[in-house]
Amino acid sequence: MRPTRAALELEAVTKVYGERPPVLALRGVTFSVRKGELVAIVGPSGSGKTTLLHVMGTLERPTGGTVRIDGVDIDRLDDRGLSALRARSIGFVFQQFFLAEHSTVLDNVADGLLYAGVEVRERRRRALAALERVGLADRASARPTQMSGGQRQRVAIARALVGRPAIVLADEPTGNLDSVTGASIIELLHELNAEGATIVVITHDAELAADLPRQVHVRDGRIVSDSAHDPDPDDRATPRTTGARVPVGAEQEDRS
Amino acid sequence: MTTLVPARLRPGDRARVASVGLRARRLRSALSALGIAIGTAAIVAVLGLSSSSQAGLLSEIDRLGTNLLTAESGQSFSGDAARLPPEAPARISRLTAVEQVADTATIATANVYRSPLIPPVSTNALKVRAADLNLLPVVATGVAQGRWLNSATATKPVVVLGAVAAQRLGIDRVRPGQRVWLGGQWFYVAGILRPAVLAPEIDTSALIGYPAAQRYLNYASIVHGTVTQGPPSTVYVRCRTDQVDAVHEVLARTADPESPNEVDVSRPSDALTARAAASGAFNSLFLGLGVVALIVGAVGVANIMIISVLERRSEIGLRRALGATRGQIRAQFLSEAIVLAFLGGAVGVAAGVLATAVYATTKHWAIVVPAEAWTGGIGSAILIGALAGLLPALRASRMAPTEALRTV
Repeated sequence: MRPTRAALELEAVTKVYGERPPVLALRGVTFSVRKGELVAIVGPSGSGKTTLLHVMGTLERPTGGTVRIDGVDIDRLDDRGLSALRARSIGFVFQQFFLAEHSTVLDNVADGLLYAGVEVRERRRRALAALERVGLADRASARPTQMSGGQRQRVAIARALVGRPAIVLADEPTGNLDSVTGASIIELLHELNAEGATIVVITHDAELAADLPRQVHVRDGRIVSDSAHDPDPDDRATPRTTGARVPVGAEQEDRS
Repeated sequence: MTTLVPARLRPGDRARVASVGLRARRLRSALSALGIAIGTAAIVAVLGLSSSSQAGLLSEIDRLGTNLLTAESGQSFSGDAARLPPEAPARISRLTAVEQVADTATIATANVYRSPLIPPVSTNALKVRAADLNLLPVVATGVAQGRWLNSATATKPVVVLGAVAAQRLGIDRVRPGQRVWLGGQWFYVAGILRPAVLAPEIDTSALIGYPAAQRYLNYASIVHGTVTQGPPSTVYVRCRTDQVDAVHEVLARTADPESPNEVDVSRPSDALTARAAASGAFNSLFLGLGVVALIVGAVGVANIMIISVLERRSEIGLRRALGATRGQIRAQFLSEAIVLAFLGGAVGVAAGVLATAVYATTKHWAIVVPAEAWTGGIGSAILIGALAGLLPALRASRMAPTEALRTV
């Protein structure tokens, strides 16, 4: 056992898609996230950050290398084991929120515990606490369709956090939000991190990433810089700015 | 290191998860369940109606009494038409278990026509019979119109028509002076009978009195040198219900001790019961239609489930991300199809029972829906749901989480 147990460890992780020609999405990624960290993984589209997210979230197995989540080597788990690991240790926040629009907000959040084997009343009790934490306790019986994009993303964050996972993976959490709302979501992530949650934010937005304590830059399937190894800690002092991001229609979300 | 085992869903959660898709798309679910509902409704109604009509017939038979026996003249050993002895009814009535006896005689030489102008071959398959005055209570029928023969009219050219006979002769009402051409002369119509369920041969008869038969149609026999009426060709016997078998056994010997093998003894209610059982064999056409509707319904459910799986890719991806195993995804979609088909089946059974109840009530039958009809209906609906949901469920479970989460 290591002295500080890592929430997430990648060792020389590679991922190859296809046969001919093989596409190298990840070319030997090694990094770890300690418990209680708030990390941004930044890279342009095509840099392999989405693949990295899938590998970190055990939604895909790496072609080579080792992935350890909360101390568990995923190579030793079968598909059922991976499912159980996701249910227990990983929380996801997606750009498209993925909320069930025919269920109440409370039940959407409670579904975060569905596959962890928690009884329904306990699920709802914890879901209400999580909603309280993201400031939406008064909307518990509303439908996601009645909410703004920012509120929906807060619901999705509550769902990711309700099981107190070892690590929360947020994939472009502000991608569908206007800049002000996006900033408030980042603020919320900061607060949740301060309360102990381990959060990895995957984004293409360097400006947003600059707000977070640690940035890992990815390009062409490799880590090109990691501010954790950066001797200059000034980056962390960079004020949070909300630049001229193009607001994406927050209300266009209409999945069935 | 602890081994990671996925948590099992509790039954309540399974039900909740299985109904998510149905609750989200109520109209679509209702429409796709409709096919299954129609199929089960048709099957249940066909089985229910045939059982109810059977029950109705059996209760009718019970009401008419199962204690009626008939002794008919059969064939002699040489194959000729045998005759009952004229004294057979009297002998039979001496049996202690016998309560009532009445007899009729088929007069083969005479036919009945609407008028003398009808060609003789157009007999309408009607028979002229001489009848005892107490025939009606014994065969459990009555007069629909007019009156039955009495001791006076039995000696005159007066006829009472069976229900079918009246219809075939085109006589729907008894009017004063109404006549039919019977055995070469006019007979006055006194009455029309109600259908005699236990003795359908009465329905196709024109009934006259024995004295009239003797006087106008020369139907008589000679006993010890004197001319007397008769002989009967059918003897109707009502006996004590608990003694029916015993009477059945001795009836032929009693009617004709010399040649009992020439007497055909039968119990009309037995034949009717057998007929009821046969008519209970359901209408295979409608049953076939029900099965076709079920199959169409199954295709509809399968179709809807496949579309549902495609549409709900992101839901599947999300559930995998939340920790659902492949098996749990498979179970979700399979049980959704089963729930859908089950609801359709339940509605169909209810509709089939309702249709049976309404129809049976108008016919005054007992409402009988055999257990195998509704259990079979619901059972086949569940089976169909499982079959229809299998392929979509497998598809859903095989979808890679990353593929399912990819947004188009």
